[in-house]
Amino acid sequence: MSDPVLSVENLSTHFFTRAGVVKAVDGVSFDLAKGEIMGLVGESGSGKTVTGFSLLGLVDAPGRIVEGSIKLNGTELTTLSQEGLRSRRGREISMIFQDPIATLNPMLTIGQQMKLAIDAHERVSRRAGEARAIELLTQVGIPSASARLRAYPHEFSGGMRQRVAIAIALLHRPAVIVADEPTTALDVSIQAQILFQMRDLAAETGTAMIWISHDLAVVSSLASKLAVMYAGRIVEQGPTATLLRDPRHPYTAGLIASLPATATPGTPLTQIRGTTPSLLSLPPGCPFAPRCDRATDRCNETPQITFHERRGWRCFHPVGQNSGVSA
Amino acid sequence: MSNQSTPLRRFWAEFRENKIAVLALVVVVLMILLALFASVISPQNPYDLANLSLMDSRRPPGFVGSGGYTHILGTDPQGRDLLSAIFYGLQISIQIGLAAGLVSLSIGTALGITAAYVGGRIEALIMRLVDLQLSFPAILLALVIVALLGQGKAQLIGALVAAQYAYFARTAYGAAKAERGKDYIEAALATPLSGRLVVMRHLLPNCTPPLIVVATVQIANSISLEATLSFLGLGLPVTEPSLGMLISNGFPYMMSGRYWISVYPGVALIILIVAINIVGDQVRDQFNPRLRK
Amino acid sequence: MLGFIIQRFIQAAGVMAVMSVIVFCGVYAIGNPIDIVIPPEATQEIRAEAIRRLGLDRPLYEQYFIFISNLLQGDLGRSFVYNVPVLGLIGTRLPATLELVLISVLSATFLGVSLGIYAGYRPDSWVSKTIMAVSVLGFSVPSFWVGLILILFFAVNLGWLPAGGRGETVEIWGVAWSFPTLNGLSHIVLPAVNLALFKLAMMIRLARAGTREIMLTDTIKFARAAGLSESTILRRHLLKLISIPIITVFGLELGSTLAFAVVTETIFSWPGVGKLIIDSISVLDRPVMVAYLILVAFLFVTINFVIDLVFALIDPRVRHGVSA
Repeated sequence: MSDPVLSVENLSTHFFTRAGVVKAVDGVSFDLAKGEIMGLVGESGSGKTVTGFSLLGLVDAPGRIVEGSIKLNGTELTTLSQEGLRSRRGREISMIFQDPIATLNPMLTIGQQMKLAIDAHERVSRRAGEARAIELLTQVGIPSASARLRAYPHEFSGGMRQRVAIAIALLHRPAVIVADEPTTALDVSIQAQILFQMRDLAAETGTAMIWISHDLAVVSSLASKLAVMYAGRIVEQGPTATLLRDPRHPYTAGLIASLPATATPGTPLTQIRGTTPSLLSLPPGCPFAPRCDRATDRCNETPQITFHERRGWRCFHPVGQNSGVSA
Repeated sequence: MSNQSTPLRRFWAEFRENKIAVLALVVVVLMILLALFASVISPQNPYDLANLSLMDSRRPPGFVGSGGYTHILGTDPQGRDLLSAIFYGLQISIQIGLAAGLVSLSIGTALGITAAYVGGRIEALIMRLVDLQLSFPAILLALVIVALLGQGKAQLIGALVAAQYAYFARTAYGAAKAERGKDYIEAALATPLSGRLVVMRHLLPNCTPPLIVVATVQIANSISLEATLSFLGLGLPVTEPSLGMLISNGFPYMMSGRYWISVYPGVALIILIVAINIVGDQVRDQFNPRLRK
Repeated sequence: MLGFIIQRFIQAAGVMAVMSVIVFCGVYAIGNPIDIVIPPEATQEIRAEAIRRLGLDRPLYEQYFIFISNLLQGDLGRSFVYNVPVLGLIGTRLPATLELVLISVLSATFLGVSLGIYAGYRPDSWVSKTIMAVSVLGFSVPSFWVGLILILFFAVNLGWLPAGGRGETVEIWGVAWSFPTLNGLSHIVLPAVNLALFKLAMMIRLARAGTREIMLTDTIKFARAAGLSESTILRRHLLKLISIPIITVFGLELGSTLAFAVVTETIFSWPGVGKLIIDSISVLDRPVMVAYLILVAFLFVTINFVIDLVFALIDPRVRHGVSA
């Protein structure tokens, strides 16, 4: 069993705003093996995007990483200098964003933007750079790549633009790609294409991926491992199939139950009652308690993670079989 | 955060955090009060010819005049007490600025909202006119109008309004148009509610924040523009000397070292305008959603 | 692209036409144009004769057409006051104004954008806060006041620079310019600073706001995520993205700077077109007023047209007719 390519332990990222401290990410831990695809699932405000930014050291003020360790290929990232982080971004770990229209600079050609990304880490001749760009564009499925180098972003459709972003992210064959809701802004038909393309790319290149999404259905078709986030913490994680079939945390169960695919036709869709809490005024103890049907007085304490057979969950009253295994 | 905070109170709480803005607001209020009570607090009525003596003219600050009192800021070429003249000048400058600002606000807002609400050819026509006007420098326009209409308070205000209503029109138009397109307006219009009600209760309140920002800037601009025109001799008539004219009166004396005749009215003018702008800046920052963290 | 140019050109021509009508009718229709030409004690006959000779008895629209046809032949009428062709009058004074305006605007833009980008990039440093505080002053203080202070300080108190007038000139291409000579430069400094201050403040604020906004966008985040250095991001991404709002304002401000030159020229006795127009307005020399306003309108329209062309050059979306 080789070392994990990315190892995150007890990561906490807090935002120090005028209204108070927002604990966007609060004690998150997970490992990522080479070539593994992990899904990071949660509603908006759960902290999944901030987790992604934290991994790349791109957290904007007034936020910063206050605690924890991020080990990429064995190097500790949280103690690196700005230059150290910069030299690893794009080369060992990359990120792609949700809205491909906002990601690419409309005033530079695709070729120019790819060249900038290449030059950030290597000195290559113009010809070699072009060749590499063409190679990658073809790999992500963009036809007539060499002609497209001179095109501007607005000449591409949304799906194509996202592919270009993926190509840029892959330029230096990073060990990890963080994909923040990459298909949410695209048409449903394109979504599936990009999804499977990325899965194949990951397999081809051996790149590990963290797929951030609010859509459990999308992620579960792709990821071999899931981590469910709520109010800044991971409440459950484990192999995808096991999680879906037999969830432990009530929130995970709720998410699965509310998927239209699991619903019985003709009956109202299941919902998780209540709304996500404001991160400024979290209740003491388990943050999900106010919305949970299984909550008791015990839940006023903060549950720690229970580990069992490559799975983990934070709950005093977990769901499902083997409920005898409680905290 | 208390749940009883009204938007106004929250606005004020955030405003208070910027000490400089609060200071500026105090200054503005102070100057308005000075202007309001100019006739009461001035040591000498500068426009009562009986008081003036040419013997006292162009005297430096601290001079004790023939009337018996100390001219704290000196006297001007006609022998007027500069401090008093400044108070009266403030009164006129603020009067003009406010009047021009408020009239421009009304006309511009009415035009802008009408254009956004009615749409079609009228919208195109109004906004073309507004755009044309916006690209033309205000000062030239004001100059020409004053020249053609002659000098006088009403004419000057008219010129200032003509030069500035376009800013209000454009702002109101933008805000109203954004709101107009929203579905709830369509829904409201489908009801028997009169269109005017929809405008007053929905479109108008939405335009208020940006209009307030523009209003503060434009009032400061009006004051500045009026001063400039008066300085050039094309503003108010000599009988109603604003701060601009006081400065203009003193200009020829600057070379010979009698700087106070121009400088002190100028300082008063600057303080007024800068204070208004600082307040306007703070208001604008607070209303801008994109800069809020 | 050609279609774009033609479309813009037609728009420009249309605006010019409308402006010329408004200006002409506005100036000639109000008041009595003849009043400054003849002494008040003139008899009715002399008055009527003068009116007829100047063509002021014809209906307004006829006057307008005569004016336009003359204009297209290069004749802008004769000044009521000086009784010389307006074109020549303006022509001799225009270079002085152009020189002043160009130097002011260019320096204000370069300096202002640089300072503004710094202030936007590091908004919390004390340097930035100082820059912003000073820019508020530059923005609010009326330019005639700044001119006064400049004269008071540099000319009267310190005696370093002259208080007015234009210095020695050098002829280039048959036109007199003053900046090539040291003496000429010393005369141009104060008025140029005066004129530039407002624009400088505006550019600083614009560049700062633009920088702050752009640095928060996904484009910049993505560039950072790809490992680009901050300096590369500033050079290759920020500068390109900020150029659009800067150039827009540059164009608008060029025109308004031309207008504000009238104040600066008056204070510093700079022999340009601005001083001419102030004098003409005071005495209601209508032909000069009309010619000047039309000239200004023409410059405006031309500037806008050129700006549109520049946009097409730098923003590929405009070239391809895509909405930004």
